[in-house]
Amino acid sequence: MRLAHRFAMENDLIRADCIESTEFPELAGKYRVYAVPKTVINEAAAFEGALPEGYFLDGILSALGPGSGAEAVS
Amino acid sequence: MGLLGEEEILEVRERLKEMPNPVKLIHFTQELNLEYGRETRLLLEELAALSDKLSLEVYNFLLDVEKVAEYGIDKIPATVVRNDKDYGIRFFGLPAGYEFSTLLDAILAVSKGDSGLAPETREKLRNIAEPLHLEVFVTPT
Repeated sequence: MRLAHRFAMENDLIRADCIESTEFPELAGKYRVYAVPKTVINEAAAFEGALPEGYFLDGILSALGPGSGAEAVS
Repeated sequence: MGLLGEEEILEVRERLKEMPNPVKLIHFTQELNLEYGRETRLLLEELAALSDKLSLEVYNFLLDVEKVAEYGIDKIPATVVRNDKDYGIRFFGLPAGYEFSTLLDAILAVSKGDSGLAPETREKLRNIAEPLHLEVFVTPT
């Protein structure tokens, strides 16, 4: 979670929400949150687990796809 | 009787001494029908009292519609951590347990105005040219 907030500091286009899943069960259900932490990207892609900085960044960039400087997911 | 224990208060006060610049906590809540609303507000009030560089503004989710729109708040309790600038840092729910230390971490980073990330991470993040919304789901353990 700390990383997501820190990422938000680097670009005005980034917003990072820390969501207490037990208090928002409908949202957690919508994104099928069974294990935490779970990171949802632009309401579409997602990955689970607390990742180190580089892997967390790669996970996000690959979800964004081409045109963002990230590599396309094959 | 507060939510923070005596020892915790001393620890937090010590950590907040590292704050070089003021930080604002902008909190959105409502009085009724909100399970952890009261606890969350109390916790933030206790926290804000531990440093003169930390301040708290509380808004009503139903009545303060302009602020709700300005900060893009769609659920409560919600807390924004900002300085002169809104970096897009949000907490939804009671930041207890491990998330309390995540909140302290965000406060310190915002106070310093420095993400503390590696140079190559910063560069890649700055190159992102489309809106990126990260929602990180956590539990209070």
